[in-house]
Amino acid sequence: MRGFLLNRLSQSLVLLVIVSIIGFGILNLLPGGPLAQFGLDPGMTQQDIERLKGLLGLDRPIWIQYLDWAWRLVRGDWGHSFRDGAPVLEIIGSHLFATLLLMGSSTAIAISIGAWIGIRGATRRYSLFDYLATVGAMVALSVPTFWFGLVGIYIFSLKLGWLPAGNMSEIGDSSILGYLHHLILPSVVLSLVHVAIWSRYMRTATLDAISQDFVKTARAKGLSERRILMKHVVGNALLPMITLAGMQLPSILTGALVTETVFTWPGMGRLFLDSLGYSDYPVVMGLLMFSAILVLLGNLIADIVVAIVDPRIRLA
Amino acid sequence: MIASIQAVAPHEVALSVRDLTVSLPAGMERVHAVENISFDLKRGQILCIIGESGSGKSVTANAIMGLLPKVIRLSSGVIQLEGMNIIGMSPDKLRNLRGRVVSMIFQDPLSALNPLMTVGAQIDEVMAAHGFGTPQTCRNRAVELLTEVGLPDPQLMYHQYPFRLSGGQRQRVMIAMALALEPTVLIADEPTTALDVTTQAQILQLISDIQRRKGMSVMFITHDFGVVAEIADSVVVMEKGHIVEQGSAEQVLKSPKHPYTRRLIAAVPHLTGEDRPRLESASKEPILKVEGLVKTYRGGSALFGAQRTVTAVNEVSFELAPGRTLGVVGESGSGKSSLGRLLIKLLDSDGGGILFEGSDIAKLSEAKFRPLRPRIQMIFQDPFASLNPRSTVGHIMTVGPVAHGMPYAQAREEARALLAHVGLDAGAFGRYPHEFSGGQRQRIGIARALMFKPKLLIADEAVSALDVSIQAQILQLLDQIQRETGVSMVFITHDLRVASQICDEIAVMQKGRIVERGPPSQIFLNPQAAYTRQLVAAIPGERPGNARPVAANA
Repeated sequence: MRGFLLNRLSQSLVLLVIVSIIGFGILNLLPGGPLAQFGLDPGMTQQDIERLKGLLGLDRPIWIQYLDWAWRLVRGDWGHSFRDGAPVLEIIGSHLFATLLLMGSSTAIAISIGAWIGIRGATRRYSLFDYLATVGAMVALSVPTFWFGLVGIYIFSLKLGWLPAGNMSEIGDSSILGYLHHLILPSVVLSLVHVAIWSRYMRTATLDAISQDFVKTARAKGLSERRILMKHVVGNALLPMITLAGMQLPSILTGALVTETVFTWPGMGRLFLDSLGYSDYPVVMGLLMFSAILVLLGNLIADIVVAIVDPRIRLA
Repeated sequence: MIASIQAVAPHEVALSVRDLTVSLPAGMERVHAVENISFDLKRGQILCIIGESGSGKSVTANAIMGLLPKVIRLSSGVIQLEGMNIIGMSPDKLRNLRGRVVSMIFQDPLSALNPLMTVGAQIDEVMAAHGFGTPQTCRNRAVELLTEVGLPDPQLMYHQYPFRLSGGQRQRVMIAMALALEPTVLIADEPTTALDVTTQAQILQLISDIQRRKGMSVMFITHDFGVVAEIADSVVVMEKGHIVEQGSAEQVLKSPKHPYTRRLIAAVPHLTGEDRPRLESASKEPILKVEGLVKTYRGGSALFGAQRTVTAVNEVSFELAPGRTLGVVGESGSGKSSLGRLLIKLLDSDGGGILFEGSDIAKLSEAKFRPLRPRIQMIFQDPFASLNPRSTVGHIMTVGPVAHGMPYAQAREEARALLAHVGLDAGAFGRYPHEFSGGQRQRIGIARALMFKPKLLIADEAVSALDVSIQAQILQLLDQIQRETGVSMVFITHDLRVASQICDEIAVMQKGRIVERGPPSQIFLNPQAAYTRQLVAAIPGERPGNARPVAANA
């Protein structure tokens, strides 16, 4: 187990370095470079821009810039935003809560409802329920999220007036109830597509487990269908789901670009979009590294959980 | 059919099946899985149901357990268990009987246990499901059962997960589980088919011991007449959903009446103990000479943690003359398949030499070996998995030779000729593998290998997945091909009876080493190594050296 962990950690570190090099390289290949927007400002002369470049260290060769950036990153200095000079880590931190709230709630909805639909669809394969769930999942997967968002806002905010159309809270109101009220619409819209994904995966995993020989053994023992399902089928079907959940972790913290934009939710997704728009390279790179770390961490955690749950790996 | 069954007093019968017909869903190869079958399982007896794949024997077992899939319907008949007709019984009542009055063990012990639950928990579960005992008494009973089926250290075994156990041990756990509530009837569906021969012998012994000790009635499903000869009191022979013959074991084995039974018994491979007549070979030079071949598998990480090594092939040496067949026999994990893969260089060896026609191929790079590849060909075990389902038979057969430079027109002509030669019609050329039966596919596999006009054929369990009657035909085909082409063969098998049929010489492998090598007469009649003796003694239904009762009427 220790060897396995060390192995995985060292692999992850190598991957992080590769991701950072690719990310840094691509960002600097973009035409214009980080200071392009100042070129449009009539108050900035070419000299001003050159001076700014020197100040920010952008006149050095690209690989020196990378090494400098990477070395700072390792020491915990993720750089400062070009926009307002605030430290990148601080900016990320200030958007983290909003995203966590939205993604956490919608993922919780997605996993519980999706798993239920998947298991029920698999145990009653080809029933009316199964067909409806399949069609529903296809619709949810093929219709873009922003459409659901707009329709939701139109019906529940504009026509019925039940729910707020955007933002995380009213200005001056920081009650939990106020947050929840704002949370309902975006989290439901966001979970639609995730429910669809989870229900499909869960259905397949359950069908796999049902066709295993040990389920037949359980029947031959005279166990009730309920016990067979809960003890023998679901346990084994959940194993592959852990890996899927691990892959979801990064998206929980890096946010949803579209949904956050539609509902003007002040989360990480919108931060990324805004930073790109302003060519705020330090923040963009910071977000990139942040999500890369989360992807690797999510996979690592999933592997560890699987190893703990599955005796074949735990005790091997 | 009923008339042929002797009338017995009802209390002597544990299970009786009358006029049972089970329908298959529309569009299957036949309308009924089983049709109008009747038989009795007498109390305290072992009844063997024997038949080839598709004969309906497993469907019968599942019908009795009430475990038929929903699409397969019981259309008529009576299944009397302990005097109750279970057909039409409510699912709840059936569930109550399962595991308590009738229980079942399955073919593949590796997949029949839940990998996430301990052995003990899975045994406890049977008792809990039927409301017997407290957790403490269940536990004690489970340990008692584990002891009874001969598992070592039952207290520890109780907390073990299945993956830690060998196949034979897992089958013992299955048996312990089936016995938990002392059922009247035990149904065993090919319980030893997936096991090694020595393990098979132990499990057969265990089942018949327990059956005698508890006076249980056992319905034993098998395809192997050797197993029948070993344990059966009475026999039911099934063919394509019908019972063609039934009677006492002695009656059916010694004087089979139905032609199908006779054919089946005749097809069973037997230990011949006789050496094959030598073929005239052109040269005395061995075509293959293996010297001190070694293959070691490394597990775990090289950087971190402990590295595990397993020596799969350990200092193996042998010679093979042109036109002759060397059998490599051994149990699972003996290294026989690794040896086969080394010979055809699907695996790289870690030491030793493979001299093929005098030159060492062991150290050749893949690029250098490539021109030689056509001369060493392989026939695979699984005729279903070894042919690409998306390619026509013609494509499968010609793609290799064409890649090695044969013009397509010539390849096509040779392929057609070879198909006819292995007993298929030339029309097979344009068809897809799924249109053929297992035996036909194996013929295609053989024809494919022959396309290269090889000097050496490696056959890895080439007949193990086939029914006995098909097995006999394929062995005959291989023998005929060898006589015609003078090809040499390495025949890898776990079945000593099969090896005795086709091999000039047999090498017995154990834990990566060849423990004994010699002609069949030595291996089967006068084995030198203790392990060989053990293997030969474990073959079901055979008493080597004695007259073979089974073959008497064949």
